[in-house]
Amino acid sequence: MTPVATPFFFYLLSGLAVLGGVLVITRRNAVHSALALILTLLAVAGLYLMLYAPFVAGVQIIVYAGGIMVLFLFVIMLVNIERTVKERQFNRIWPVGLAASGALLVLFVSVLVKGKALFPERGLPLPEADNTQKIGEMLYGNYMFAFEIASLLLLVAILGAVIMTKKKI
Amino acid sequence: MLEITTFHYLVVAAALFVLGVIGVLTRRNVVVVLMSIELILNAVNLNLVAFSRMWGGLHGQVFAIFVVVDAAAEAAVGLGILIAFFRNKETINVDEIDLLKW
Repeated sequence: MTPVATPFFFYLLSGLAVLGGVLVITRRNAVHSALALILTLLAVAGLYLMLYAPFVAGVQIIVYAGGIMVLFLFVIMLVNIERTVKERQFNRIWPVGLAASGALLVLFVSVLVKGKALFPERGLPLPEADNTQKIGEMLYGNYMFAFEIASLLLLVAILGAVIMTKKKI
Repeated sequence: MLEITTFHYLVVAAALFVLGVIGVLTRRNVVVVLMSIELILNAVNLNLVAFSRMWGGLHGQVFAIFVVVDAAAEAAVGLGILIAFFRNKETINVDEIDLLKW
């Protein structure tokens, strides 16, 4: 099945993603930043769907927009935001940071302009009907060891988060 | 209209990455810095999935799932450190976290 109006949806979703990114780094209130980040995450999930990656899009919505952002909002609620909203939002060396980011942007632009010819015009066709099944087979086949390491990493992260936030150990 | 190629996705990912770097380097609020790191990881994920589409394999998508796992672990540990620090020093500004400075 070929998608309809691909350029329109691509420009809409990427515009929303970049707009959300700009709002994340400019808003004074951290809650507004979190909501803008949710906008970006959902737009990027839409871009994944356009790239024939429905499973990654679902993981993005469930884990990122559903799990990680709830964690962020809880932490914003625990630390007081009334004081930080009134304070200076950017650190003293922000011109240096901005210059470094500009240098990175120049690097990206030069790489993309010079390497544009390397990318083929059309992507190879991907199977979309059994995408989830294929990814599952790869996770439990090729990437078995990495999968186990990832589960261990999550266990360590859970233990670390619980121990660090305890008042008395 | 023009056809959308891998190059377009790379441009969007580069824009998101630079926005995230700007947030990390200039903001004072630690929560916003952590959110900017999430932006950077999303840009990388978009690149991985776009290249996965370009080469017609699924390895990029599998790797993107591992990046999401890492992002979850990083957010949990980072926010845990933030809460522990807030309990000690009553601040969440990056430039006031200077206990090791003399």
